[in-house]
Amino acid sequence: MSEAVSRYRFALPLGAFLLLLIVLIAGLYHAPEKGIIASPLLGKAAPQFSLPGLLEPMPVQSSMLRGHWTLVNVWGTWCGQCREEHQTLLQIKQEGRVPIYGIDWKDDDDQARAWLSQLGNPYERIGADREGRVAIDWGVYGAPESFLVDPSGTIVYKHVGAMTPEVWQHEFLARVP
Amino acid sequence: MLVELGHFALILALLLAGAQAFFGLAGPALGRERWYSAASSAATGQFVFLALATGVLVRAFIEDDFSVRYVAENSNTALPLFYRITALWGAHEGSLLLWALVLGGWTVAVVARVRFLPPAFGARVLGSLGVVSAGFLLFTLCTSDPFVRLIPAVPDGNDLNPVLQDFALAIHPPILYTGYVGFAVSFAFACAAMIEGRRDQLWARWMRPWAVVAWAFLGWGIALGSWWAYYELGWGGFWFWDPVENASFMPWLVGTALIHSIAVTEKRGLFKSWTLLLSVAAFSLSLLGTFLVRSGVLVSVHSFAADPRRGIFILGFLILMIGGALALYAWRAPRMVSQAGFELVSRESFLLFNNLLLVIAAAVVFGGTMAPLIAQTLHLGTLSVGPPYFNPSFLVPIVPLLALLPLGINARWRRGGLDGSGRRLWGSAALSLVLALALSLGVYAHPLPLTPIGALLGFWIVIASLLDPIDRLRRRLTLPASIIGMSVAHIGLGLFVLGITFVQSNTLERDIALKPGGSAELGDYAFRFDGVQNIEGPNYEGLRASVTVTRKGEPVTVLHPEKRRFFVQGSVQTTAAIADGLHRDLLASLGDDVGAGAYSLRFQYRPLIRFVWLGAFIMAVGGFIVVIGRRQRGEGWVEASARAPARNGHAPASAKGS
Repeated sequence: MSEAVSRYRFALPLGAFLLLLIVLIAGLYHAPEKGIIASPLLGKAAPQFSLPGLLEPMPVQSSMLRGHWTLVNVWGTWCGQCREEHQTLLQIKQEGRVPIYGIDWKDDDDQARAWLSQLGNPYERIGADREGRVAIDWGVYGAPESFLVDPSGTIVYKHVGAMTPEVWQHEFLARVP
Repeated sequence: MLVELGHFALILALLLAGAQAFFGLAGPALGRERWYSAASSAATGQFVFLALATGVLVRAFIEDDFSVRYVAENSNTALPLFYRITALWGAHEGSLLLWALVLGGWTVAVVARVRFLPPAFGARVLGSLGVVSAGFLLFTLCTSDPFVRLIPAVPDGNDLNPVLQDFALAIHPPILYTGYVGFAVSFAFACAAMIEGRRDQLWARWMRPWAVVAWAFLGWGIALGSWWAYYELGWGGFWFWDPVENASFMPWLVGTALIHSIAVTEKRGLFKSWTLLLSVAAFSLSLLGTFLVRSGVLVSVHSFAADPRRGIFILGFLILMIGGALALYAWRAPRMVSQAGFELVSRESFLLFNNLLLVIAAAVVFGGTMAPLIAQTLHLGTLSVGPPYFNPSFLVPIVPLLALLPLGINARWRRGGLDGSGRRLWGSAALSLVLALALSLGVYAHPLPLTPIGALLGFWIVIASLLDPIDRLRRRLTLPASIIGMSVAHIGLGLFVLGITFVQSNTLERDIALKPGGSAELGDYAFRFDGVQNIEGPNYEGLRASVTVTRKGEPVTVLHPEKRRFFVQGSVQTTAAIADGLHRDLLASLGDDVGAGAYSLRFQYRPLIRFVWLGAFIMAVGGFIVVIGRRQRGEGWVEASARAPARNGHAPASAKGS
């Protein structure tokens, strides 16, 4: 009997590996696309920042997020999914219910301006986060990411990945009274 | 056209890797001995075509061929030639190509020595390596092809990430990968041994030099990466417990356990299942590291673009390789173990503790690295794990490990008791205690509670490592390379421990806004800010500050921290100025213009920080000494293999017990 028991001992690593696999697979399927990485910032005040403006010389500051509902969108010209969501962002701008503030993450200013003049500019204001410090404060996981901020400046919802009309309707607008 | 040729060479390399896997594994299984040499030829061919593919890509970089997307994304005409070449591994696709090339290099090294192995065993080793190569090349071609064209071509490229335009970082990936990928060889040896179900311990003897060399390269690679982070990121830190760092550190920890466990298996035939498991684990962790870094599952400062398709592919590869090897282990290992006893206080038991504690340490790192992922899977919310978790938790297994080391290396094999006179060992402990107290209370005041302990352990390890070699020299006994190498590696560890101890407890740093002429005190040192001037480099412009450092009124050095703005990507990078010295580093970094002519500056004093990398470097040198010494004495590969075929033939079932 002890022979049999000792044989099972050698299967333990395999079992442990299978458990780990479950975590990895779940991580892979949960993570970037589904956008349900809860942020520790949810329900908390949006991190303070002051960034040089991309289009105007005036800085873009976190105080601008107060007094009305805002969508804070982290993007970059180097990010493929940002191109995909751009159309949706333009639609959101047309709707006119929630202004979009952009954080241009680790990007080249000239390229970013060229991108906007080519594809259209959905943003109210854009801050250039050239070194990515603000994105770190916001716990940005990978571009694009979108945050819904309420009039008191509290982060209400976070979406990782490209913004789609469905996500905008069901996850964002549903939270805006 | 040439680029398409490179692409084609990569596809041929994949096919040859498949052939290598097939002939290497099927040949011995079906008893077709002619297939063995086919596996060797395929392996060599694979490397040739990989080298060709890499050469083509390097040429595209040198000639600024921006019709290749990878080149356009990672190079620029203004980039210096050296960085245009190293830009090859500046991003994902090229890194994978380098990974495959390094594995090809290791495979060819195995081919060169395969004649010293029993033919069937050698074929199985090559076959196992072929499976790994084929998987990786398939991954490269399917998800991350570096030869994709950019149509239309762009006039100039996007430039290499400025952080990567640095010598240490440019050469660090090949060295790190040599270590990382080298564990594929010990993995292949373990697989071959398990496929054959060998009851002897010769496989451990054959595997040992490969594992040691891989371990030594990995150590160098990690140390270089840490050195780079220290002076390039300019934060003064040298280890951040970042997922990418952990991904290379975990295989190193397990590899360290492996090279100790192999020694016991080779010498005494014990710990066989441990050695097998550790070989599988070391390589699995290398692969897992690749998965974690490349899939975007974990966030790190090193990677931000997520590509789930790549993650899925690597996951499938992991299941095949690790799952397969562990299943093989569950099936074969029970019949391979042997029973032999050893006393509680013997070399074996100390090495058993060494293994347990190193594996626990690796588990601590693993847990911290995976915790965010696990928490998310179980819907516990997002959490991030950093130095507050890693630093104290890591010490729990490591302090006993270090404390047992001086005893372990002076313990005898099998029999109980310590080698020579225990008196010498305790004498060395007393001497270490005196030195430790002198250094931590006298020279460097204000110790943390752990400072004297760290200093004591560091000194004791260095001194205890010298006891046996000195004793042998005095008694005019031979001093084999294996003992020299072991002592050197342990002395390196001791110096490393001393370095970490004092840099952690006696670092001084200060952030301050200064106008030209203003100064700040840091311990005995005074830093005076003399102003900034504009500078211009080949592909950047920026500011350079002058900071004069004096110690008790005596001038020490002038530091020139810089802030560079790179033209093409527009990114800003701070380059810290470091005055290095064996006993201390002085750092200054330049922050933002805070108005009215003042700049924010950061000054740091870091004692003994050089010992951290020096120690890590010496540890690896110890590994190389062991392997080179083995070859020169004709022990190891040659001797073992000359005996082996006669004893084992190539019929696995006839393998004799130990």
